[in-house]
Amino acid sequence: MSAAEPTAAELGRRLRAGEVSARQLTEAALARISARDGRLRAFLRTSPERALVAADAADRRLREDPGAAPPLCGVPMAVKDVLCTEGVETTAGSRILEGFVPPYTATAVARLEAAGAICLGKLNCDEFAMGSSTENSAYQTTANPWDLQRVPGGSSGGSAAAVAGGLVPITLGTDTGGSIRQPAALCGTVGFKPTYGRVSRYGLIAFASSLDQVGPLARSVEDAAMAYAAVAGHDPLDATSLPEPVPDPMGTLRGPVRGLRLGVPHEYLAQDLEPGVRAAFDAACVVLTDLGAELVEVHLPHTDLALAAYYVLAPAEASSNLARMDGLRFGPGAPGSRTLREAYQRTRHDGFGPEVRRRVMLGTYALSSGYYDAYYRRAQQVRTLVARDFTQAFATVDAIVSPTSPTVAFPLGARTRDPLAMYACDILTLPCNLAGIPGISVPAGFSEGLPVGLQVLAPAGEDARCLRVAASYEAATSWAATGPPLEEAAV
Amino acid sequence: MTALPAVAPVGRAAEFEAVIGLEVHVQLLTRTKMFCGCAATYLGLPPNSNTCPVCLGLPGTLPVINQEAVALTLRTALALQCEIPKFSKFDRKNYFYPDLPKGYQISQYDLPLSQRGWLEFEVAGVERAAGITRVHLEEDAGKLLHEGELGSADHSLVDLNRAGVPLMEVVGEPDLRSPAEARAYVTALRQLLMYIGVTDGNMEEGSLRCDANISLRPAGSQALGVKVEVKNMNSFRSVQRALEFEIERQAGLLRAGEPVEQATRGWSEPEGRTVPQRSKEEAEDYRYFPEPDLPPLVIAREQVEAIRSALPELPRARRLRLQQDHGVSAAEAHLLTARAPEADYFEAVVAAGAPPKLAATWQLNELAGLCQRHHRPLEASGLAPERLAALLSLVEAGTINGGTAKELLAEGIETGADPARLAGERQLSQVSDAAALTAIVEEVLQAQPRAGRDFQAGNDRALGALVGAVMARTRGRANARLVDRLLRERLPRDPGP
Ligand SMILES: [Zn+2]
Repeated sequence: MSAAEPTAAELGRRLRAGEVSARQLTEAALARISARDGRLRAFLRTSPERALVAADAADRRLREDPGAAPPLCGVPMAVKDVLCTEGVETTAGSRILEGFVPPYTATAVARLEAAGAICLGKLNCDEFAMGSSTENSAYQTTANPWDLQRVPGGSSGGSAAAVAGGLVPITLGTDTGGSIRQPAALCGTVGFKPTYGRVSRYGLIAFASSLDQVGPLARSVEDAAMAYAAVAGHDPLDATSLPEPVPDPMGTLRGPVRGLRLGVPHEYLAQDLEPGVRAAFDAACVVLTDLGAELVEVHLPHTDLALAAYYVLAPAEASSNLARMDGLRFGPGAPGSRTLREAYQRTRHDGFGPEVRRRVMLGTYALSSGYYDAYYRRAQQVRTLVARDFTQAFATVDAIVSPTSPTVAFPLGARTRDPLAMYACDILTLPCNLAGIPGISVPAGFSEGLPVGLQVLAPAGEDARCLRVAASYEAATSWAATGPPLEEAAV
Repeated sequence: MTALPAVAPVGRAAEFEAVIGLEVHVQLLTRTKMFCGCAATYLGLPPNSNTCPVCLGLPGTLPVINQEAVALTLRTALALQCEIPKFSKFDRKNYFYPDLPKGYQISQYDLPLSQRGWLEFEVAGVERAAGITRVHLEEDAGKLLHEGELGSADHSLVDLNRAGVPLMEVVGEPDLRSPAEARAYVTALRQLLMYIGVTDGNMEEGSLRCDANISLRPAGSQALGVKVEVKNMNSFRSVQRALEFEIERQAGLLRAGEPVEQATRGWSEPEGRTVPQRSKEEAEDYRYFPEPDLPPLVIAREQVEAIRSALPELPRARRLRLQQDHGVSAAEAHLLTARAPEADYFEAVVAAGAPPKLAATWQLNELAGLCQRHHRPLEASGLAPERLAALLSLVEAGTINGGTAKELLAEGIETGADPARLAGERQLSQVSDAAALTAIVEEVLQAQPRAGRDFQAGNDRALGALVGAVMARTRGRANARLVDRLLRERLPRDPGP
């Protein structure tokens, strides 16, 4: 295994010191993408002209007052294709949005760009973020940089593979049931889902509005924290974004975990975990204990119901969110249709892939008159119970630790025919979304040569604590500094 | 709520009683649309020019609640005596149609902004009240323009200028028993809404749209019949006509022993009948669920009280007060309070010193007639209330006569001039100077000595001719009563035996 590429923090230091320019970094990153992405297929498209214009602007900022330039000024990055980018095609991995060029940029992307980061392009994902392997993209299959025959996880598989494959140090992903943390774990990167409402969803093509959250994937917890700090905060365009000021995560990042009580959920370890994943987690617990944390067992009794509730609520919201994909105002539509009904049917049948159609049908059914109480209302009740589980656990512990994914990266195609097996990928990550709390995955070693992630969950609003526990663990280990065998990944 | 008086029989269908409830959709007078920054006014704009990514429903966009629309809805709810809950929320009503860009309408389902109020209105001089089920807030849809008839049109065009305009829905209880009541209810509701300034009330332009639920039951029965929803009634008159038609249609079915089908029907104004639109089987399942993009609304009691204390005097209270304070008749009070600007004008004229009865008569007759002739509402007549008051005080003091005042008023409306000032400038004041008039009387008697003798001989009509001659010589300005007195003094008759 080779040493990882430099972190965003390190690149930022070199930029401010004048050792390298934003244009040089951008050109080098575009060259790396040309060289390596033929086999990774993390990028759906790059936008080099836009990137170089931004790089030159960043260079001017760095020249004029390097001390005042934000930490990410001049650092290359890329974003999941569910995030709208003005003037750059945005498809959410779906045929139905082919050719859609948004007239606006998602707030999270705009804030990273305002902080000087250079957006190189759009990253592959499961169609409308529905999936756990990125195989549901209508355009391409992304490979795991650690083993090109395996999935990168999903739905932010492109975002994880681009970081792990050394293409860019930072990406933005979205997490509805684990879509940042699970691919981060499977690709050996850091992936952070902030508290619901911390990061604006404006410009994020919605999957399930009450669960979706934008967050960073990065090579280090510090990089993730920097990106989070740049994008977090109230947005008047998103009524669900939290109005409170965001506590700065950077100041407490190096704080100790000594004396913190960390809960290990009994129900999570009772899941069907791969032995190698379990062993890596047990080793991580030893590291945390050595750092002075106190590990105690906690109970999250409604964990088993969470999966079922999630797969009612998320499709229900999705069935409504995706109703606007009618082919009338954007997307290829269905030219030549003779009736309105035919136009709708052809647009949505041909435009959506099988998994999206399945979830739209599930959600439509769950909301139908006569079934609403049995499905949607019950699922909301379960959601309340899941959130209460966490509240009760956090009454006795400061944070919760667990494996991020029950398995390491699985072979391409292994689960595509079995939706329920694919849904089970999210069992350890989706309760966090139902509760709206922050969660992070940080590299925690390997099982059979493939990365394993350690998940840290914290109470709502305690994003900085979540990052701090992850940073302490990261500092005590060397996993994050280990990169995949790039020679193999290269063309 | 006040008990409802006994129900009048309805035309030929008197063996049946109609049960009617109205749903009125009201476009609110906000600056911007319900969930984005586009203007809420769109009339006359090129298609799709009053739009943005949010109201076009582009992927990734999110709604933000227009607090002005919430405030106007609460204002309406309070004017209708509704209860305001502490929490409210928005829901999604899901259906596919090209005029609905998101594929769902953001509306309110089970926690509306207000519930349980009532509206007072008058039918044929009888005071009535009908329950208000709820007042809630939602967004309007766009418009479809069909090429020719909908059924045979080659294509349709979508205009989303109206999409997202704030729409308030006032849902009434099925407390109405006749088309005339329904018409009176809508009339009173529109009057109230315009009084409190929440809508322009323009029914032709669709600012106020009315749907009705109507069923028949045998007179005296308490059970409810099968309900038919009637849509597309765009004027007070069409509300009444559509319901009259529907009652006769349903009564005909019931008399023939046929069932009334639960359905939605549309009123066709040119055909003068309701036509089937959708049967119960075709009714859509809207799959309502809480709008996850909007947090629940927490309605502060302070906000409710602030809105309540800023409510203007409502039409009924104002009508009663005008009768009490100014002694105008009930009929006059009705007319004066039909619209708030009318009542405001009247009170301003009175405040400027005009006698109330005189002011009411002149405003409702002369001024209203002139405004109608010039196709202007009273508030745009160009005549300040103070100017009418000044003119009326000249009439009251006998300085000018009524005929002169009417002419001056007409000229004032025509040219914008101040009528009282014109009176002064043109020396149109009545000639009441006895010495001046005596001289003219002498001239007239010298010119027509025979008429004087005839009067003295007992011919009363001769006096009228003499008065007319004096009026002619003063170009109508002479105080006629004074002339009459002077002539009688100058031409004494024999007291007789
Ligand atoms: Zn708009």
